[in-house]
Amino acid sequence: MNPFSSGTRLRDMIRAIRACKTAAEERGVVRKECAAIRAAINENDNDYRHRNLAKLMFIHMLGYPTHFGQMECLKLIASAGFPEKRIGYLGLMLLLDERQEVLMLVTNSLKQDLNHSNQYIVGLALCAMGNICSAEMARDLAPEVERLLQFRDPNIRKKAALCSIRIIKKVPELAENFINPAAALLREKHHGVLITGVQLCTELCKASEEALEYFRMKCTEGLVKTLKDLVNSPYAPEYDIAGITDPFLHIRLLKLLRVLGQGDEDASECMNDILAQVATKTESNKNAGNAILYECVATIMSIEDNGGLRVLAINILGRFLSNRDNNIRYVALNMLMRAITVDAQAVQRHRATILECVKDLDASIRKRALELVYVLVNESNVKPLTKELIDYLEVSDQDFKGDLTAKICSLVKKFSPEKIWYIDQMLKVLSEAGNFVKDEVWHAVIVVITNSPDLHGYAVRALYRALQTSADQETLVRVAVWCIGEYGDMLVNNIGMLDVEDPITVTESDAVDIIEIALKHHTSDLTTKAMALIALLKLSSRFPSCSERIKEIVVQYKGSLVLELQQRSIELNSIIAKHQNIRSTLVERMPTLDLLEWEEKQSGSIPNTTGSTPAHASINIPNGVAKPSSAPLVDLLDLNSDDVPAPSSSGGDSFHGLLDIDLSGAPKQSGVNHSPNNGTDALMDLLSTATPTQSRSAISDLLNSGQDNKTPVSPLEVLSSPSSNSIQPTSSAGAIDLLDSFATNSPIQENNGPAYPSVVAFESSNLRIGFNFSKLPGNPQTTIIKATFTNLSPSVYTDFIFQAAVPKFLQLHLEPASGNTLPASGNESITQTLRVTNSQHGKKSLVMRIRIAYKMNNKDVLEEGQINNFPQGL
Amino acid sequence: MIRFILLQNRQGKTRLAKYYVPLEDSEKHKVEYEVHRLVVNRDPKFTNFVEFRTHKVIYRRYAGLFFSLCVDITDNELAYLECIHLFVEILDHFFSNVCELDLVFNFHKVYLILDEFILAGELQETSKKAIIERMGELEKLE
Repeated sequence: MNPFSSGTRLRDMIRAIRACKTAAEERGVVRKECAAIRAAINENDNDYRHRNLAKLMFIHMLGYPTHFGQMECLKLIASAGFPEKRIGYLGLMLLLDERQEVLMLVTNSLKQDLNHSNQYIVGLALCAMGNICSAEMARDLAPEVERLLQFRDPNIRKKAALCSIRIIKKVPELAENFINPAAALLREKHHGVLITGVQLCTELCKASEEALEYFRMKCTEGLVKTLKDLVNSPYAPEYDIAGITDPFLHIRLLKLLRVLGQGDEDASECMNDILAQVATKTESNKNAGNAILYECVATIMSIEDNGGLRVLAINILGRFLSNRDNNIRYVALNMLMRAITVDAQAVQRHRATILECVKDLDASIRKRALELVYVLVNESNVKPLTKELIDYLEVSDQDFKGDLTAKICSLVKKFSPEKIWYIDQMLKVLSEAGNFVKDEVWHAVIVVITNSPDLHGYAVRALYRALQTSADQETLVRVAVWCIGEYGDMLVNNIGMLDVEDPITVTESDAVDIIEIALKHHTSDLTTKAMALIALLKLSSRFPSCSERIKEIVVQYKGSLVLELQQRSIELNSIIAKHQNIRSTLVERMPTLDLLEWEEKQSGSIPNTTGSTPAHASINIPNGVAKPSSAPLVDLLDLNSDDVPAPSSSGGDSFHGLLDIDLSGAPKQSGVNHSPNNGTDALMDLLSTATPTQSRSAISDLLNSGQDNKTPVSPLEVLSSPSSNSIQPTSSAGAIDLLDSFATNSPIQENNGPAYPSVVAFESSNLRIGFNFSKLPGNPQTTIIKATFTNLSPSVYTDFIFQAAVPKFLQLHLEPASGNTLPASGNESITQTLRVTNSQHGKKSLVMRIRIAYKMNNKDVLEEGQINNFPQGL
Repeated sequence: MIRFILLQNRQGKTRLAKYYVPLEDSEKHKVEYEVHRLVVNRDPKFTNFVEFRTHKVIYRRYAGLFFSLCVDITDNELAYLECIHLFVEILDHFFSNVCELDLVFNFHKVYLILDEFILAGELQETSKKAIIERMGELEKLE
């Protein structure tokens, strides 16, 4: 009968399978066996059913499908003999789990077996139930299990106790029924029953508040006494491990005491003595003793405060931490993590040791230690700790670098005391582990750099240096490329040198070289290459001497198979080749990116940045200039509108940062301020900061004409469009107020009914702009300004563009100009109509900042100025 | 609680797999593969603990066999390490000088011993003697 004695076929099958030399051979044997078993199942063979099932279990363990044997399990369970039932239950546990519906069919058999007169069969049923019962079975069979908790044989009682744990995990509302019988188990002397009873009580406390209260009231003292007896028990060979009687029971008891003592002072008080005894008396030279100490420390940390005990516990952890055994150090780190909420000071004392653990060879220890260091960092120790971590980054394992980098970045961001330190640390991280740095991290680096105007030069030079040695770190390359594009001139001219820096000599062509390398490097991905192209465009304007070379590099990508690069290349090439006059405007420095807004965006709440500026409402199609595709141009600096922290589509509100420029210091000459085109002039920067948003047909500029630097002024968007050459005679109803002594220089126009005098708004050696004013009847807020541009030089101006901007309380609409070519010597003029709406009419007077770009003898000329001499009352 | 117990040799052949949580067969194979890869190349001086998904694997190597327990992250690692050793002592006692082949040919007995040692993912009996005696009684019933 016994299917497993030697010579029977299970053994033969295992031998045959083991003898197979190849996987294919093994599959052949298994296939044959499975076929035979299926045949036997079909014939309803009773004699060999349990042997067949045993074979199936072996086959299952090898990883072959055996579902066809499931019903055989049920049949075996239903048979009468113990050996059949045993194999049946074993098969049930191996081949099925609680989710299979077949399992429902076994409930009845289980019920019978739980009530069986043979206690071994009862044991089998309890075991199967404990391992695989479902919620429904738990409900159906809970009364049987409950009854078995009082069974005479301890083997059944302990199995029933563990089975009850499964039941209350599946159906927590059954917990109440088990409270009393579980409490009775705590008085058992039999270790097996006691340990399972303690576990059942622990689970009941988790499942039911009522159970927790009950055990706390009725059992705490008893448990303390049980633990005391156990600790002081004489040598018991049956349970002895390393000189300790049943460490497992120790640990379970300590765990239950922890649950009972947590949040209850009386219960905590009650167990203080025994915890102190366990903590001081337990031998710590063997694993078993340390396991008890570890559990004891956990309990001391969790129960209500007792200063003395906690000192004891922290000391134990300190000893653990210096242990040579890695396992002990691991659990010490684990527990210090919990101890930090209790006594951060004590944990800080072990900082040096913990830091050493971060560098351990064992990944498990490193991981724990790193997490611990992470919570240990504060404002006062961030610098040395970060230094240690970054130093370690250089030598750490590849698979640890990701974790480590993320933690360092997070720490540096959180505790950085100053921007230069932040930039330094991030550059180190980018250089060491740039490939592990997440996108939002390197975006943040760029945002911080733009927000530190005094560090622009420092950052770009540091990045340039870093790139020499770490060109394989993708994110470093990106940040460097971006910064060199923006601040290339500072790199070459050593602008903004800090005392701590060594001067470096970088020529313009060196800077272009490094971008070219980034562009062509085989590891650079699309984002990096696209960024490199834009950087080149920017450099072509910053370094006119390299313009030709850059053009050649850009042209090479005209044939790129990557659409994005191809498109960029063509667009950029067109900007470089055909649109000299606006290129410098297009590629001006990015405005300072708003740190707060960017962080908000990172945290998911993206503010609506469209603002109130009528961006596209008044776009006019220019007819004088060949119109390049405007949309892609808007797009073109915007490959990563999600990735690059450049607010790109309409950055109205994003640019508050640039408005903080002091204007009150500017000289006020008779109402007109104009400045020559000077690259470092703050006004110029102001005028064209939103480069990525500009397009040919809608040149939107941000500028600021606030006169009081204390009042932050919002940027406005101004549109200007060149239109046909036709010259419109100035027939505007120019205004003159004879009583107004202000506009003495204005050309006087003798029209009837004028309300306001005309003014010369702007005059330079080359150009004069006159403004005529009129009002729409019934709308005093809106002023119609007719601007007349007159060429004072002997040369013809081409590509003439007038731009204007006003503070927030004004609204400005520009109509198309009458032309974009201005003949020499004031022969003819261009006119353009502006409509200004003053929302503060009567309180504030008009003010405007203007910029005029044109080509004289094929040379780009840019003139700027501010108009303050508007007649009063507009 | 214990989520599963695995006995694997160095080549990754599973000699015993006991799951106390329901898993699909395919998932079980994946788990066995991953656990084997986690433990097989670790230096003997390293900790016996590896983090595995959201749990922790406590493993111990005896000759060519790895005994791995997957337990909750808050469980006492040292205790489960001791637990593995106790199980191995029981096997050693039962098979008198256990070797891998004993476990292969008597896999059903190994399951039987395990069911007397651990039930529902919790420790059932801590006395080696009690388990061996119980096994003797069960053997007689065969």
